[in-house]
Amino acid sequence: MTLDAKIPAGPLDKKWTNYKNNAKIISPANKRKFKILVVGSGLAGASAAATLGEQGFQIECFCYQDSPRRAHSIAAQGGINAAKNYQNDGDSIYRLFYDTIKGGDFRAREANVYRLAEVSASIIDQCVAQGVPFAREYGGLLANRSFGGAQVSRTFYARGQTGQQLLLGAYQQLSSQIAAGNVKMYPRTEMLDLVLVDGHAKGIVVRDMITGEIRSHAGDAVLLCTGGYGNVFYLSTNAAGCNVTATYRAYKRGALFANPCYTQIHPTCIPVSGDYQSKLTLMSESLRNDGRVWVPKRREDCGKPPHEIPEEDRDYYLERKYPSYGNLAPRDISSRSAKEVCDDGRGVGPGGLGVYLDFSDAIKRLGKRVVEERYGNLFEMYQNITGENAYERPMRIYPAVHYTMGGLWVDYNLMSNIPGLHVLGEANFSDHGANRLGASALMQGLADGYFVIPYTIGSYLTEQFGKKKPDVSSAPFQEAEKAVKERIQRLLDVKGSRSVNSFHRELGKLLWDKCGMARDRAGLEEALARIPELRAEFWKNVSVLGQGETLNQSLERAGRVADFLEFGELLCRDALHRNESCGGHFRTEYQTEDGEALRDDENFAYVGAWKYEGDNAEPTLIKEPLVYETVKLATRSYK
Amino acid sequence: MSASSAPTASAQTLWQVPKAWLFSSIGKKCVVAVTGLVMVLFVIGHLLGNMTIFFGPGAVNAYAMHLRDLGPLLWVARLGLLGAIVLHVYFTMLLWKENSEARPQKYAVAAPMNTTVFARTMRLSGLIVLSFVAFHLAHFTWHWVQPGHAAYYAEVDGRRVHDVYSMVVLGFRNPLVSFFYIFSLGLVAFHLSHGIGSLFQTLGLSNSTLRPALETAAKVLAWVLFAGYSAIPISILFFGLGKGIVP
Amino acid sequence: MNFTLRVWRQNGPTDPGKFEEYPATDIPADASFLEMLDIVNEGLIQKGIEPITFDHDCREGICGMCSLTINGVPHGPDRGTTCQVYMRKFKDRDVITIEPFRAAPFPILRDLAVNRSAFDRIIQAGGFISERTGAAPDANSVPIPKPVADAAMDAAACIGCGACAAACPNSSAMLFVSAKVGHLGLLPQGKPEKNRRVLRMVRAMDNEGFGNCSNYYACEAVCPAGISASFIARMNREYNFASALETVGAPL
Repeated sequence: MTLDAKIPAGPLDKKWTNYKNNAKIISPANKRKFKILVVGSGLAGASAAATLGEQGFQIECFCYQDSPRRAHSIAAQGGINAAKNYQNDGDSIYRLFYDTIKGGDFRAREANVYRLAEVSASIIDQCVAQGVPFAREYGGLLANRSFGGAQVSRTFYARGQTGQQLLLGAYQQLSSQIAAGNVKMYPRTEMLDLVLVDGHAKGIVVRDMITGEIRSHAGDAVLLCTGGYGNVFYLSTNAAGCNVTATYRAYKRGALFANPCYTQIHPTCIPVSGDYQSKLTLMSESLRNDGRVWVPKRREDCGKPPHEIPEEDRDYYLERKYPSYGNLAPRDISSRSAKEVCDDGRGVGPGGLGVYLDFSDAIKRLGKRVVEERYGNLFEMYQNITGENAYERPMRIYPAVHYTMGGLWVDYNLMSNIPGLHVLGEANFSDHGANRLGASALMQGLADGYFVIPYTIGSYLTEQFGKKKPDVSSAPFQEAEKAVKERIQRLLDVKGSRSVNSFHRELGKLLWDKCGMARDRAGLEEALARIPELRAEFWKNVSVLGQGETLNQSLERAGRVADFLEFGELLCRDALHRNESCGGHFRTEYQTEDGEALRDDENFAYVGAWKYEGDNAEPTLIKEPLVYETVKLATRSYK
Repeated sequence: MSASSAPTASAQTLWQVPKAWLFSSIGKKCVVAVTGLVMVLFVIGHLLGNMTIFFGPGAVNAYAMHLRDLGPLLWVARLGLLGAIVLHVYFTMLLWKENSEARPQKYAVAAPMNTTVFARTMRLSGLIVLSFVAFHLAHFTWHWVQPGHAAYYAEVDGRRVHDVYSMVVLGFRNPLVSFFYIFSLGLVAFHLSHGIGSLFQTLGLSNSTLRPALETAAKVLAWVLFAGYSAIPISILFFGLGKGIVP
Repeated sequence: MNFTLRVWRQNGPTDPGKFEEYPATDIPADASFLEMLDIVNEGLIQKGIEPITFDHDCREGICGMCSLTINGVPHGPDRGTTCQVYMRKFKDRDVITIEPFRAAPFPILRDLAVNRSAFDRIIQAGGFISERTGAAPDANSVPIPKPVADAAMDAAACIGCGACAAACPNSSAMLFVSAKVGHLGLLPQGKPEKNRRVLRMVRAMDNEGFGNCSNYYACEAVCPAGISASFIARMNREYNFASALETVGAPL
């Protein structure tokens, strides 16, 4: 099997224009004849459903939350990048493209990333027109800030709630389309399987989470906009409900899962405080614009109150190691540096898993009022969670799983190797390579939904004219429904004694230890041996109380954790095979003398896409070579 | 972009739109607010009139005579007030019904959540005030409570008129009557201390800057009214106002 | 810390429901309220009792999914979501009563989970700016004064949790609706549809069976997003004005 990314010909900056000029158009009368199933209602799902609805397609949209407005895109705090160059500081489409490719450690596809940078400006126009209240200058024009390792100010933001405001914009547009009858919305509905008809994705099997009803929906194409799989680590900044089920089920139906080992660990989260903890809370990365990261130089100082540690005994390690970027070094680098100092025994707080983020200099320089204006809500949140006042005492932060760059493999059309199955947003693998830059996730989700899929879906749909419409009573649907029902029954029938959560927690801890911020062969092999054991125990001893025909949260979780227990193995397998360090994937065996990631472009400049071969068989690795026509591969240095 | 059409008046009769407004949640509240405002204005006017009692029998009796001389105009005002009361009570009851239907099951634990006792007891204080108004009319207008008062006459500008001064003085000399009035006036103030501030919010004549000021002003006005009204029975009972009057 | 929980258990929408008492033992003071419920649920599962159903998702105070009323206060003590309530707020050995959000338009699905689709339908009635993807002019073509943008953001911060309606003794949704009306009505982009928006949204709200506003301001007291009830005054004004225009047949 070879993978064709279907990248248009021509120079990089003309590819998307050429593509659009030659794209196949479906007439309005014909659009009405196509039904598209959109799974997920976050930035990617809501924007795609709304835009395709406007265009005249019949849309059915599904989400597991009680309203599309609650998708986890809502939690993004910092901002959204766009190459508007409103600040006149040298930004351009090319620069945003290059920063993103470089930030991704040269493991993303040039053409996709360039297109992302190209449409970024339209996203801001679109959102402003929808009523997204972005921050503004007194003159009434849009404000920008520099964010997460960018040397230009290209980030648009709405206080610390940018994701919320963008999602509400998309949600409102979606709502208008629901009112217009173009979109039918199914909240509290979870996709449990993908249905293939003659090898094409033509439907899904869902569970109505209120009544427990299992039913099928058929359509001409399926869009998975189901987010990332960060919750495989149990503790992450993701919402409790985020899961891999939709994409993993598609994987088991033949879709390729690309680069699962590229997971992003966010450097500024509130540290873990105990076993009961269910969630790690992210503190916006914008804090690093004014806060200085440090730990004590000597291990014996770690227990001391921070103000008793004099300046000369503090190690501002990011400023020391990366003088030009300092505290704004990209996420993977900052996170790993935090881990290094903690591994060195110089971490602070409970368990020595934390570093200081200190605002005392910023308060001296700007005054408390300005700091409060910029970060007041974050300081409040920190105090609420930890009971500590960050104006008086440095914050303690520690990295946490935040985003997953890997996802289902897609071509330039955002279509997976299964015809008809399209994957958007965090659920696909395409734009961030091995590491995502701050404020780029919102950009990608909205780019995919508003400006890419509306153009690219035609390339599949135009080939579907005159084909027989899928029918939910046909054999493939019936078989898939039966399999879903059987699986649910199996979960209920185990009647063991361990809770679903305890399995999830154990899996998460294992992955965090062996496949977290730093990985090595021995650890990964250990994990690969342990996960099947844990999975076997799950199916022998899990306790799922209640019935399938009611609202049953244990059952919902059990299904998701069962998938995580399989997916975790794939994650480790991918990490084990990739004998290099790049972006979010750091293999301790592959590092330079001063501890920086050592990439191996000769052997690993490819997308690693995994093909499911059966429950007890090893998946096959299929490589899509990454061809760089425009940029030169360079060592990523932020010194 | 949206399939359904805009709400337009052309497709409906002229009455349908205001009716839709009137029976909408906001419309009903506005009726209560506007009728409330009418009554507040009346209460202020009534107090100003009552104050003439401190200028002696001549003043208050002349005031009462001029009021009666308004003739048909007085009836217009009376009917207007009656209408305001009826609408105020009717819409309040309608709101009450709908509000209880919107919360069929109450919480097991009640928490105040910044609501004031004034706001929470509006219906109760309102109903008691309503019965007080009925008593007040029965007492001083229809003379059912102390029927003998109807027979007091005085002379103003050479005309034989009803002696309001004696009626009030003798009426309030009864401590029971006075205390009942003062208590009821307290409830009126109680009712108005939420009601006056609230009507600006309901009519949309408020914002976050104005709201605290309006609410304070409303409370001050309510208790100033209380002080003004209760000054009369207190003066009669304790400070010998009208002590020369004998039954 | 140890607590006694009185929890509303209701098997389904038609079940009458009742309170059950469960002990919550050895709860860390730094645990969030939802984590405390996780611990209690873990214990229930061990005993073979079905765990308490409660909605939650982001656990960082922004998704608006949680719908618990704690000791009579939606979302519990302090103004914030339930996930941001930490057990150190309570005293050891406290009895804590946990009920779902109660309002006729929020039917209970199970235990503490309620259906808030009524809010979605209100937004569908007009809580948007009709704008077709791709049709937007340059973002800086219409300057918006910073104070106006800030005021719009104050309203836009609404997380749609429904605590306002749950706290209101009348189950009124005015704060939620007025936040959206205010957010969009303040911005130049939202002005063209201002009148029809407010008419449609208020009518949709009334149709859902929410109560009427009595200016109690309980909504404002519990709102995790700190939305001011002044937006309600603003909406009243806009609604009356739009109704007047509609009455005389002015174009809306």
